[in-house]
Amino acid sequence: MDPMVRIRGLHKRYGETEVLRGIDLDVPAGSVMCIIGPSGSGKSTLLSCINHLERIDGGRLWVGGDLVGYRERNGRLYELPERQVAGMRQKVGMVFQQFNLFQHMTALQNIIEAPVQVKRVRPAQARQRAMELLDRVGLAAKHAMFPAQLSGGEQQRVAIARALAMDPQLMLFDEPTSALDAELVGEVLAVMKDLARSGMTMMVVTHELAFAREVGDELIFMDAGLVIERGAPREVLGAPKERRTRDFLSRVL
Amino acid sequence: MAEDPPAPQIVVPLRHPWTWLASALVVLIAGLVLFSVATNPAFEWPVVAQYMLDGQILLGLSRTLELTVAAMLIGLAIGTVLAIMRLSRNPLLSTLSWLYIWFFRSVPVLVQLIFWYNFAALYSTITLRVPFGPVLYAANTNTLITPLFAALAGLGLAQAAYTAEVIRAGIVSVPHGQTRAAKALGMRPMPIFRRIVFPQAMRVIIPPVGNEVISMVKSTSLVSVIALAELLYTAQLIYSRTYETIPLLIVASLWYLIIVSVLTAGQHVLERRYRQR
Repeated sequence: MDPMVRIRGLHKRYGETEVLRGIDLDVPAGSVMCIIGPSGSGKSTLLSCINHLERIDGGRLWVGGDLVGYRERNGRLYELPERQVAGMRQKVGMVFQQFNLFQHMTALQNIIEAPVQVKRVRPAQARQRAMELLDRVGLAAKHAMFPAQLSGGEQQRVAIARALAMDPQLMLFDEPTSALDAELVGEVLAVMKDLARSGMTMMVVTHELAFAREVGDELIFMDAGLVIERGAPREVLGAPKERRTRDFLSRVL
Repeated sequence: MAEDPPAPQIVVPLRHPWTWLASALVVLIAGLVLFSVATNPAFEWPVVAQYMLDGQILLGLSRTLELTVAAMLIGLAIGTVLAIMRLSRNPLLSTLSWLYIWFFRSVPVLVQLIFWYNFAALYSTITLRVPFGPVLYAANTNTLITPLFAALAGLGLAQAAYTAEVIRAGIVSVPHGQTRAAKALGMRPMPIFRRIVFPQAMRVIIPPVGNEVISMVKSTSLVSVIALAELLYTAQLIYSRTYETIPLLIVASLWYLIIVSVLTAGQHVLERRYRQR
């Protein structure tokens, strides 16, 4: 069976700097891949390439067997128009470090926006589903609150519910707990654990090594735009083979 | 051992004798001015009262309000397009928008109004035709560009230049993360702008647009130079007949005061509502 995400020879540049310098990865369906590494190592950029929020400069990338952002014909890649990319993005949920909830909408409105506008789900039906999702992240009582009235942890749980409302096949988490006060990290990780247990394919950029060890099926360590080391989280964290991995772990532990 | 509570300290606030003196002086001057305004017969207050609700004046007033609304709508519509062009990645579009804003903000509105009014001297007929093909529409410029048309063009096009900058600032104020989140959910560019970016930009756009509406009310008086019977020109028409210049200017001024006061109050309400979230 095709992996959910397949990445071959991925390159990404910002002007002169090469942020990603040839990434090859497979993420099997239903698995959880955690990505760690120092800041500037390219891990967040890697996630943004997977749903084409960032255009890639080389290599290829497939989600669910479909080439992302391009159409291939006669050995050439043609960039797809934004509306076709939008169609592909529906399959991929994304959760951001800064939550990025729509500030002018309530929690409930945030969640039903895309299903109603993009998938044309009937509003009543979308609301019912949104309430189920809010209940799942423990926030049904706060459905009428605006983001500014919610704590960081609550906002992030709403953001997860918002992504799930599109029934994605893949969830991307870009440092979901990095902007949170320490006492709020747990509630977000609990929701993510629950999601992993339900069989969702997940890619998680994180600094929460305990989470990676407990939930991750695979852990990759990135540095300077390359995957330096990969393997079962227990092995990479417990007995890192590469010097750079050891250096990084000794700094964060 | 119980101690006696300390005796309460007496605090003597600092006196400000000069502030008191200045206040007294200001009150005195204001009183004198008010007294003079009330008693100088040249103000002709009875005439002011007589014309306040005069039919002709009220007609001029409604024309002023119509002009304000219409010119603002034109300004908002074209201004939105200009703002989007200005933010476009296409350098031709953003340069064109920049040029428009530069031109219409640099030439005084009064000059623009007179220009539009005399457009017939530039092009005597206006023709709409397929390039090198048949004529679809042709008209004499003087019948097409009425004083009303000239007024709306002059006020509206200039307003668009100002509004464009306000709207651009509003759009830029919305964090990029909002667009990224909407994209990640599979939304397309137009709905992202319409449903996510624009409503949030409104919070930044509304207060300055309120100011623009208020200054537009006053700008409409410029239209009097092209003989459009708004509030000021109506007053002028009457006093050129009756020679009651001052009282009629007071009538016009009072109406401007009333409109602007009402609008200012409305602006306060709107601002408070938009600040809440």
